[in-house]
Order: sequence, then structure tokens, then C-alpha cells
Amino acid sequence: MPQSDTPPLVEIRGLRFSRGSRMIFDGVDLDIPRGKITAIMGPSGTGKTTLLKLIGGQLRPQAGSIRVDGKEVHKLSRDRLYALRKQMGLLFQSGALLTDLDVFENVAFPLREHTDLPETMLRDLVLMKLQAVGLRGARHLMPSELSGGMARRVALARAIALDPMMIMYDEPFTGQDPISMGVLVKLIRQLNDALGLSSIVVSHDVAETVAISDYVYLLSGGKVVAHGTPDELGGDQSEWARQFLEGLPDGPVPFHYQARDFAEDLMAGTEGGRE
Amino acid sequence: MLDGLQRLGQAGLRFFERLGRGHILFYYILAGIPSVLVRPRLLLQQVYSVGVLSLLIIVVSGLFVGMVLGLQGYNTLVDFGAEESLGTVVALSLVRELGPVVTALLFAGRAGSALTAEIGLMKATEQLSGMEMMAVDPIKRVLSPRFLAGFISMPLLAAIFSAVGVMGGYFVGVGLLGVDEGAYWSQIQASVDFDDDIINGVIKSLVFGVVAGWIAIYEGYDAIPTSEGVSRATTRTVVHTSLAVLGLDFILTALMFGEN
Ligand SMILES: Nc1ncnc2c1ncn2[C@@H]1O[C@H](COP(=O)(O)OP(=O)(O)OP(=O)(O)O)[C@@H](O)[C@H]1O
Ligand SMILES: [Mg+2]
Repeated sequence: MPQSDTPPLVEIRGLRFSRGSRMIFDGVDLDIPRGKITAIMGPSGTGKTTLLKLIGGQLRPQAGSIRVDGKEVHKLSRDRLYALRKQMGLLFQSGALLTDLDVFENVAFPLREHTDLPETMLRDLVLMKLQAVGLRGARHLMPSELSGGMARRVALARAIALDPMMIMYDEPFTGQDPISMGVLVKLIRQLNDALGLSSIVVSHDVAETVAISDYVYLLSGGKVVAHGTPDELGGDQSEWARQFLEGLPDGPVPFHYQARDFAEDLMAGTEGGRE
Repeated sequence: MLDGLQRLGQAGLRFFERLGRGHILFYYILAGIPSVLVRPRLLLQQVYSVGVLSLLIIVVSGLFVGMVLGLQGYNTLVDFGAEESLGTVVALSLVRELGPVVTALLFAGRAGSALTAEIGLMKATEQLSGMEMMAVDPIKRVLSPRFLAGFISMPLLAAIFSAVGVMGGYFVGVGLLGVDEGAYWSQIQASVDFDDDIINGVIKSLVFGVVAGWIAIYEGYDAIPTSEGVSRATTRTVVHTSLAVLGLDFILTALMFGEN
């Protein structure tokens, strides 16, 4: 766990979660410190998106506790949970823009729902957020007219519209060209430092993520397999960390979804069995 | 044998589970209605897309149904020399039965399927999840306004259907077949009773509005969030709504017009 005097913003203890018979998290302990950028990395399908949804209270763990800002997410009443969510921004992997509203209205949506700002002020705020992600000129486009990377940036503008205390980014870099990637990396850092936010970045883009994060957790097989500052992890000689950070095909992290032996599976076809 | 029993039991359990989820959702939708009333713009938008956009199909169908009623009614009545009563036949069949029922069936096909597909796709593309994370309750923001819009639109559409139908009967009966114009209207005036016929017809429409809106919204909200899941849910909406409307119509008719 990262060392600090203030209590962590998110504190996860003994988290267990399964989908059907498949165990996704099997006793995860994890702290997200305040005011820092924490990266959560791990192979595809380990449950990074699931973890963000658990923190946001959209999924319920089978055991263990998740505290955000001292409040246990899954014991809050509905109203309190909603109040807490106003303080959390979640950037969905898919963007999740409202398809019947244009870019401007999408970013304005949380402001219209939760505040009574006069129209001129609302407009200024929205344009500021859009300017930050470089899409002020795209305000009249509908979500169907955006590229995947643009949609992600609009979603980012929307996630910061209410000035939350923390933002969770689910794969912010996928589908970005090198320029907007660079801008996004800087933006995440700036938002974090200038607004005093705390950020959680989930990503596969090892180099970019490690470069901006203050602390890194590596997840695999339902557990935290390594954690530390980027420097510590760089010096970490454990096989997990090496394999993931350097992108080696062979090692303890399996590339394949769990399955029975390949040869056995191929042979099963000759007996006409599909189970 | 045991296998069959097991499967039957499973299907039964699934059915009751769905029924239970449907009722819980219904309760939440109703609980969300007060928050819709304070935001009339949300409601108006939905009344437009659920109600106003259904107008064309309702008017055209109403006209044809009324014309057919005029033709069939005339052919039967003329044998008894009672063609003067054509107005009664046309108006009563429309106001009591065809108006509410056919409107509800058309509503299921036009608006209900659209509601299910829209909500199902919003779920599949994580828009509903996204709203939840922005601390906006999708039930209050998305479902309740649509439900209320259906509830308001249904009796209005049925009234328009019946009115246009009466006009259709008039064109055929009076215009083409030579029924006396004064008789047509005065028969309608004399035989259509406000309490017995109009109010009962409106009650039917309101019940159908609740059922059609509820089924369409539930199917969308409960859809498996994939293209296939949404397409199946859309089909189920039309089938279930139609069956429910016809079944309920029988029960309501028996209750309303049973004694006399
Ligand atoms: N709705 C669902 N129903 C059942 N299983 C699911 C569902 N969503 C995800 N899973 C399973 O949960 C596991 C974790 O999924 P998750 O989306 O959290 O992975 P991830 O780490 O975000 O992967 P990626 O990096 O590819 O986005 C996957 O193995 C997936 O099969
Ligand atoms: Mg993911």
C-alpha cells in the first residue's frame, strides 16, 4: 500500500466478486491515495472495468468492503449513494454518450440535472470543458457523427462537468492518435494537479500510464500481483511485473481465457462432442 | 419424466421471477411520476414522440375501420329496413370496443416497439449505466416520463380514432349509400350515453395505456443488452401487449356491459 498520513480516498479490503461460477476478484486489497494518479493495469478480462463499477456502487461485491471518502459504498442509502456519485466521474470504456443529445447537451446534461445555473453560465462552463478536450468546435455534432476517440474525449468533458473529487478513467487512451494521446496524458495530469482531484487510470498502454501515474497496481487472476511506484515496479524483478510491463508473451500471466488443454479440445471434435 | 417436470418448474420460476421484477419496476416507475410532473418539458417531448407521432396511423386506421363499419352495418341493417340506425351501430362499436382496442394494438406496434427498442439500446450502449454514474436516476429521467406519456396519449388517440371512424362511417353510409344525414347524427346523439359508453371507453383506454406502457418499458429495461436481446424484447412487447389488451378487453367488457 502507498504510504501516506491522510486516509486513502478509496479503501478496498478483502474484495470478492464472481460472475456466475467465474471468480473475478478473490480477496483484493487496494488503496487509492488522495490527490494522486493511481494506475490499475492488468490483462484484458481481469476485471478492471468491473472494479470501477464496484467502486461506483453499480455492482455489489459478495464479500469485503469498499470505502470511498470514508463511506462504505454498499451500505449507503440510495440518496447518499447518488450524492456520492456526484463527486465521482467515471469515464466509460465505451463513452456512453446519450445518443439523442448533441455534444454540447451531453456535456451540459449533468449540469442541467443537478444545478440551476443560468443558461449563459452553463454555456460558458460547457465550452470550457469542451475546450479542455479540444472539441469546442464539435459542439453541434451528434454522437453518431463522432469517431471513437472523439466520443471518449466528449465523455471526459462530461465526467469533469460537475468538478468531482475523483475521476475514474476506463481506457482513456484507446483509439487516440499520438497527438490527442499526448494531450490527454497532459490533461489528466493537469486536472489532477490543478483541481486537486484524485484519479484512477485503467489502461493497457503501459508506457503512457506509467509515465503519468504516481502509483501502480497490477491485477491478474483475481488478485493484486504487484504494486508500487513506477520506479519500484521498474526495479521489481517478479515475473508478473516483468511480463506485463515489457509485454512478453510467455510468463505467469496467461494470454488465453481459461480453457481445457488445446489438444484435448481438438480431439473432442472427432468424437462429435461439443459439450 | 423427471426432466420434463424439472424444466416445467424452471420455466414457472422464471415466469414468476420476471413477473416479480416487472412489478417492482412498475412501482419505481410510479414513484418517479411526481418528479416528471415538475419537469413538464420532459413529458411534452415524450407525449410528442409517443403520441403525436402515432397520430397518422391512428387517423388512417380509424377512417378505414369506420368506413368498413358503415358498409357492413348498412348491408346487415338494410335487410331489416333499419338502415337509419347505422349511426348507432358505427358509433357504439367504435366508442365501446374498436376505438380503445384497435388503438391499443396500433399503439403497441407503433409506439410500444419503439419504446422497447430505444430503452433496450440505451441499456446496451451503457447510457443508462452512465446516467446512474452521473447520479441521475434513469427510472425517473427516462422511464417514468415515457410511461406517463403513454398513459396520457392512449385515451386521446382512442378518442381521435373513434371520431375519425364515425366520420368514415358517415362518408360511406350517408355519402355513398344514401342513409339520411339527419338520421345518422340524431341516432348517434340518442344512443351514445356519456356515462355508459364514453366513460367506459375512456376507462378501457386508460387501462390499456398502463398495460401497453408498462410492458414496453419493462421489456426494454429488462432486455439482454445485445442486438439480439433487444430485437427479441421488441417482438415480445408487441405480442404480449396485444394479448394482454385483448384479454383485458374481454374482462372489462364483461364487467362494464355484462348485466344488460
Ligand atoms: N455482464 C457480464 N456478465 C457476465 N460476465 C461478465 C460481464 N461483464 C464482464 N464479465 C466477465 O468479467 C470479466 C472481467 O470483465 P471486465 O470488463 O471487468 O474486464 P477488463 O479487465 O475491463 O477487460 P478489458 O481490459 O478488456 O476492458 C471478464 O472475464 C468477463 O468475461
Ligand atoms: Mg474494461
